[in-house]
Amino acid sequence: MPVTDTTEAAVPAPRRRRAGNRRVPTALLVPALLGLTFLVLPLLGLLARAPWTTLPQRLTEPGVLTALRLSLQTATLATLVCVTLGVPLAWLLARAEFPGRRLVRALVTVPLVLPPVVGGVALLLVFGRRGLLGEWLDTTFGLTLPFTTTGVVLAEAFVAMPFLVIAVEGALRGADTRYEEAAATLGAGRWTTFTHVTLPLVVPGIAAGAVLCWARALGEFGATITFAGNYPGRTQTMPLAVYLALETDLQAAIVLSLVLLTVSVAILAGLRDRWITSP
Amino acid sequence: MDHQSVTEPLLDAHLVAGRGAFHLDVHLHIDVGEVVALLGPNGAGKTTALRALAGLDPLAAGHLTLAGVDLDRPDHRRWTPPERRPIGVVFQDYLLFPHLSTLDNVAFGPRRRGADRRTARAHAHTWLTRVGLAEQARRRPRQLSGGQAQRVALARALAVDPTLLLLDEPLAALDARTRLDTRAELQRHLGDHRGATLLVTHDPLDALVLADRLVIIEHGRVVQEGDAATITAQPRTDYVARLVGLNLHRGHGDGHSVRVGDLTLTAADRVDGDAFVAFAPSAVALHATRPDGSPRNTWPAVIVGVQRHGDNLRVQLGGPVTAAADITPAAAAHLRLAPGQAVWAAVKAAETRAYPVG
Repeated sequence: MPVTDTTEAAVPAPRRRRAGNRRVPTALLVPALLGLTFLVLPLLGLLARAPWTTLPQRLTEPGVLTALRLSLQTATLATLVCVTLGVPLAWLLARAEFPGRRLVRALVTVPLVLPPVVGGVALLLVFGRRGLLGEWLDTTFGLTLPFTTTGVVLAEAFVAMPFLVIAVEGALRGADTRYEEAAATLGAGRWTTFTHVTLPLVVPGIAAGAVLCWARALGEFGATITFAGNYPGRTQTMPLAVYLALETDLQAAIVLSLVLLTVSVAILAGLRDRWITSP
Repeated sequence: MDHQSVTEPLLDAHLVAGRGAFHLDVHLHIDVGEVVALLGPNGAGKTTALRALAGLDPLAAGHLTLAGVDLDRPDHRRWTPPERRPIGVVFQDYLLFPHLSTLDNVAFGPRRRGADRRTARAHAHTWLTRVGLAEQARRRPRQLSGGQAQRVALARALAVDPTLLLLDEPLAALDARTRLDTRAELQRHLGDHRGATLLVTHDPLDALVLADRLVIIEHGRVVQEGDAATITAQPRTDYVARLVGLNLHRGHGDGHSVRVGDLTLTAADRVDGDAFVAFAPSAVALHATRPDGSPRNTWPAVIVGVQRHGDNLRVQLGGPVTAAADITPAAAAHLRLAPGQAVWAAVKAAETRAYPVG
């Protein structure tokens, strides 16, 4: 199932020596090690080229902290949006019977395969000043989304939501629906059953989905720069800052990348044991 | 006995449901305070019937009336969702909510039916005390033993005071020792339950111990119903005969003689027309040569197989009629009990029961 695959991909399983010490075929071992090297080498390169001596002063530069704070805030807000809207959507896909459900599921996964820049263009066409909804939002509420911090959240949520929906739908499908039947025989309606039985049972799945979603939002670049632009302090998140720094100051780009790497790894590792490991 | 119940059963149901090629069509009536066992082999439709009663699967036709209220009337396109039925269910593997304490599992029903948290918990505590698990109130279901989980599931179902209690194989998940104790306790609680109880099981012992009346279904139809004594004495299908441990044959009666295939058996009872003949395996004696003497049914048989059966041996016989015979090891010593061996089987007429098919 693709769902469990993605979940586990984010959380590398501990390597364990098999009892009996059976030989691993060379035909598998060589490409496996090559693959591992390919994944790890760039990260090592980042560490090797980092300007360690000037690191403390570079880290405290105001631009870095501003971008980091903005990144954390928008990724967290985007995750909240995704959880609020994505969990009910996942429930609908997993539990409700309605025509065109397969089509809806396919639509939900489109942002996964869509190039983020295309997503950003699409968002502009809908929420832009002259967009389908954007014009109405602008004239009715005076609400402008593109090139604002809200726009960043929107772009990140658009790209990250499928991760959450797929993870939660998988968890819901894996959960024993007979608990919900038991709740019904005890007098619980569908909403109460959802809040009191279904939701607590899939909390680990929601947590895993939220972490994936958050990580994707934190790294979002294409849709953000297209839809929200690159204004320091307002829409310039860490990946955008890295991109900008790359053109002027390679050392700064490395430092920013290092910060982003550390934050993501720290949070993934911190949440892993508490939430993601299955009971 | 409740006088009213004689005229109008608490549960009056005609369950018609089906999935694919399987079709269930069963009438069920249960009186106030009565425990009815729905007994049948795997795939007979027991679970389908239970799910239809609980409202978990819709009734295709028929009706479901409980305490005078029409819950399901498919002909009027009326169905009651499970959460609005006064029906409690004890599921086969209990389905205790793993994220709630034992107390909150039992309080779940009262809470959903309008009690505030404190009242619901107090009520749940009373029930846990009643099933002897007050000390486990704070535990999670996974910390309970199988027998304890079964009692919590029973308390949870009874805590909403259901008019109809449904039990789905309530003892199937327990080991033999626990089953014995739990069965005895279950019997006590079912005795106290004022509503109707339907026990779904494939275990004849559960049915005989716990139920006032048995309804036996096969292939989605009722094949026999009645009290334990009637059913154990006069089985009407091979399944029921195996269940109660009798040899059963269908033949044509003429006075005390019943013709089964090529064989004519003499029975204790008079019967004319289509008839069943039943005799216990323990009533069958085996001889190396043709026996004579007292009024007996004798026929030449062939040994098909031999198994241990308690202290005795159960011998499966082929021949003009298939039958099982239980013989003592002492009797076996006089015979060669090898498959294919020819023997003579004998049953006293006094131990051969005959009763009409209709």
